Parts: sequence; C-alpha cells; structure tokens
Amino acid sequence: MTRLAALVDSDLAWSFRHSPVAIVAAVVALACIVGAIGAPLLAPHDPFDLAKLDLLDAFAPPAWLAEGKTAFLFGADDQGRDVLSAILYGTRISLAVGVASVVLSMLLGTALGLIAGYAGGVIDAFIMRVADVQLSFPAILIALLVDGVTRIALPDAAHGGTAFWVIVLSIALSGWVQYARTVRGSTLVEARKEYVQAARVIGRHPLAIMFHHVLPNVTGPVLVIATIHLATAITTEATLSFLGVGMPPTTPSLGTLIRVGNDFLFSGEWWITVFPGAALVALVLSVNLLGDWLRDALNPRLR
Amino acid sequence: MLAFCIRRIVQAAAVMLVVGLIAFALFRFVGDPVVFMLGQDATPEDRARMSADLGLDQPFHLQYARFVGRAVQGEFGLSLRQLRPVSTLFRERLPATLELALAAAVFALAVGIPMGVYAALRRRSWLTQVFLVVSLIGVSLPTFLIGILLILVFAVQLNWLPSFGRGETVALGAWSTGLLTASGLKALILPAITLGLFQMTLIMRLTRAEMLEVLRTEYIRFARARGLTDRAVYFRHALRNTLVPVITVAGLQLGSIIAFAIITETVFQWPGMGLLFIQSVMFADVPVMAAYLCLIALVFVVINFVVDLLYHAVDPRLRLENAAAR
Repeated sequence: MTRLAALVDSDLAWSFRHSPVAIVAAVVALACIVGAIGAPLLAPHDPFDLAKLDLLDAFAPPAWLAEGKTAFLFGADDQGRDVLSAILYGTRISLAVGVASVVLSMLLGTALGLIAGYAGGVIDAFIMRVADVQLSFPAILIALLVDGVTRIALPDAAHGGTAFWVIVLSIALSGWVQYARTVRGSTLVEARKEYVQAARVIGRHPLAIMFHHVLPNVTGPVLVIATIHLATAITTEATLSFLGVGMPPTTPSLGTLIRVGNDFLFSGEWWITVFPGAALVALVLSVNLLGDWLRDALNPRLR
Repeated sequence: MLAFCIRRIVQAAAVMLVVGLIAFALFRFVGDPVVFMLGQDATPEDRARMSADLGLDQPFHLQYARFVGRAVQGEFGLSLRQLRPVSTLFRERLPATLELALAAAVFALAVGIPMGVYAALRRRSWLTQVFLVVSLIGVSLPTFLIGILLILVFAVQLNWLPSFGRGETVALGAWSTGLLTASGLKALILPAITLGLFQMTLIMRLTRAEMLEVLRTEYIRFARARGLTDRAVYFRHALRNTLVPVITVAGLQLGSIIAFAIITETVFQWPGMGLLFIQSVMFADVPVMAAYLCLIALVFVVINFVVDLLYHAVDPRLRLENAAAR
C-alpha cells in the first residue's frame, strides 16, 4: 500500500494529473492495448475463421449508412470480413511487432552502449563508428534492407511466424543506435564515479560491474527513448506491411489491412482503408504524446 | 583546410567501400548467381564453366576488387527480373525520382519557412496554434497514410488531380521530364505534397525556434533602438540569420527525401527508383538491390561531405577546434 501511495504522491503522478494531453493520450493508448489484448473476446466476429465468412456480406458499408448491416459496425471488406474485428486483431499484431522490436532494440543497444562506454579504446571507436554511419541513413531504409536481405536468405520468410520475426529483426536493427549512444554517454559519466572504482578495487569482473553496478544507473533515459521508439516502430512496421514486404495478408497487421483496402479506394469502398488508418493514427499519436510527456516530466531542466 | 578535406574524403571512401562490401556480399552469397542464371537443372559441368566465366572461382578479395572496379564505372550487371542492365534501368528511373524530390523540397521550403516565421512573430495568434497542431499531425502520420488520404480527397472524391503515374513526359535528350506538360505538373502535385509534408513540418518548427532565438539577441534590440521599422528588423536582420541553420538542415534532409520517395512512389505508382527498389525487394532481384544500396549510400555520403565542408567554411570556430584537437 505504501508503495502505491508513494506512486500517487510522486512528481511524475502530479505532472500526469496536470497534463490533459497526457491523460487523453493515456486513455486512447490504453483503449488500443485493451482492444488488442482482448481481441478474441471483444471482436464481434472471428476474421480468420474462413467457414464463418459469407461473401454476401462483402463490401457491406458501415452500419450507419443506408445499406449498412448492424452486424458490421465499420463495414466489411471484399471477403465479407468484419472491418472492426480485423482492426482489433490487426492492432494486436502491430503492437506485438512494435513491443518485440523495441525490446530487442533496447537490449542490443544498451548492451553495446555499455560495452563501448566501459571498455573504451578500439571497441568503443568501432561500435560508435558503425553507429555514426548507420545514423546517417534513415531508419526505414535500414529496415527495408535488412528485410530484403533476410527475405532472399530465407525462402519462407514471407509467411506468418517467420515474417513476424523478420520484421522484428529489421526494425530492431534499424533502431539500436539511439540506445547505444545514450547509454554510452551515461556510462562514461558513471564509470568515473567512486562506487565503480570501489567495485573494481575489490576485483569484481568487468561484466559484473557493467551489468550490476552501471546498468541500473543508466536506465532512466532508455525508458524515454523506448516509449518514443515504440511509436516509430509501429509506424515502420505499418510502412513495411503497406509496401508489401511486412506482415502477410493471412495474419494482417494494421499496415497490411490498409494495403489491402487501398485497392478498393477507387471503387468507393473507403471504409476498408480509412478505419484501419484511423486506428493506426490513434495508436501512434497517443504513444508519441505519452513519450513526449514522459520526456518532459523526467527532465526537470525543460520545466 | 586541405588536411580536413583529405581526411573527410578518406572517411567517405571508407564508408563507400564498406557499403560496397555489403552489397557485394549480398550479390555473391545471398542466393547463388549461377543457379539464378542457369536454373535448377543445369549439369555440374555447366555450373563450373559458368562459375569460371563469371570469375566466381577466384579468391574473394579479387572478386571484390573486380566488383568495386565495375561499380565505379556504374556497372552492376543484369537485373534478374527484367534481364536488362541495372545501369540502364536506373538511368530511365532517375529523372522521375529527382523531379519528385526537388518538387517536395521546394514545397517544404516555400511553405515551411513562411509558416515558421509567422508562428514566431505572432506567437499568440490562433493561426499559429493551428500551424502547431498541423505540424504535430504531420510528424505523427506515416507518409503512406498521408498519400492515401490525399488520394481519397483530391482524386477519388473531388476528382481534381490524378492519383497515379507521371502524366505525359517530354524527352530532353536522355532526361524525360514531366515538368513541361500540364498533365505532368498535375500528376506531380499530390506526390510532392505527400513527400514534402514531413520535411515541411520539420522546417516550420526549426524556423520558428531559430527566429524566436534570434529575436532575443542584442543586435535585434540595437536595430530596434536605431528606429528601424518592424518590417526591416524582422525580414532584413532577423530572417537572414534564421535561414543559415534552416538551409543546412534542409540540405541534410535531401537524402531522407530521396529515401522516403520509396514510400511515396509506391503509393502513387510513380515510376522512379524507389518503386524499382521495392519491386526488387519483393522479387529478390539482388543486382538492383545492391546497386540501389550503393547509389543511396553515395548520395548520403556526398551530402554529408558537402555539409561538413560548408560548416567548416562558414563557422571559424570549428576550424579552431580542429586545430586544438591536433
């Protein structure tokens, strides 16, 4: 209980209560997350059960339009799939890819940053040169290249489970640099402090010093980067899927849904594209705003 | 200055060699080129002969040297999908991408700078708030979604502008331009806005921040004290100093524009290099991928090099720092 009380009483909570933008963003983000996790329970239809699809429902417009059917709130797509259910399942996949790639990116970047900052010398110079070169290219380009190469190397990379990890890997490899640079900077500062020198004097292993002593003191900024990176990762995943090199139509993410719906834009079935698009914007914008708020709230200098 | 130039050129060359190595490794090890060319059921003797013809039986570093030598001359072999030289394909596609990138950059500067200046001068105006909200949305929306929304509104609902292709083009020697025909210009509008919107919001925010910074400096107060009109203070004194960093960032962003053109070109089926690249990723067309990788790396390296040189020429403090470091 005391922990909870301390949390409610903290600076962060105060800043949260006094930022209407943060509250709205948190509510929207929470709604997206709940919808994604609870998709099997919340979705009115199962969009992947081919037996339950009825082609007569195909292209049913949203329920409030003249020819809409009440069973399909946001309309149905070309195969009679409920758009709302597809969005819930799509958000689930988009979020899963986003979280997985952020975690992988964070682990990779933090480890490399720690090693570079603590070891110094040639190792530091090498890791940071690679980071510099990679940073001069846009992340989406790196992700596209990794994706393309893995696709050629693995013939079945375009299918369900493999496709998921290919995309996670592409996004993670395109995003580790920021973590590495930040962690390296903080590590350089921490490594000079007395407690690290004390640990060194009593003869602890360098790896133990890095991960037991230095790491806990450099994680603050990493969390902020991770929040903002989550929004970027979801956008990147959607972009890859939209370009046709991401999640396959059999396990569609929001980007895949938009890509599929894009073909029907010209024949007037706008709802197949617009609603997944709106869901994507809501998700990305709310996570982005939360990240901005967290960065400002944790950084007293900006107040 | 000369030493700085030489050092940067060596660094740039090193980056290009590494990118070339990646491209070559892609070429050589990801998928067997002999199988690509002969098919699955060629005899071992045929394969051996093909390997020898292609020089694949030579040591790795010799093969790499040959690859670099040919790449420098712009030769990357045949596209596996279209069976035509990659260099020819690129030459056909280059004008489309460059015209699109140029139009997007002009749009971003021509709209972003005035918006930023206005937002800095009229900080409390409602229009400024609108600009800031628009810029937030512009940063958050994925490029492809902006393109789809523009198509939905201006091509499908209003039917004002075309939604795909370049329209009619005119050939000026080897360069096919869409800038000289009415349909070409109309086809350029939506893709250019889509591609330039992110950069526009970036430039607007930067212009606003720099302008606010400059307006606080001593020489502006002095100009006011001399009794100059607001107009002269803002546009003759403040804006000029604001523009230096803005132009630099805009220059650095040129590379991103060319990279993000991949997405815009896919949305609008714009026949440029980005579309070619995405198709090569989908169909595992390794030579095209490798060549695109080298080309885009070259673009980025050149831009970074030029910006570094300009910084060096413009800002004397950097020169001092370099001298002290040595």
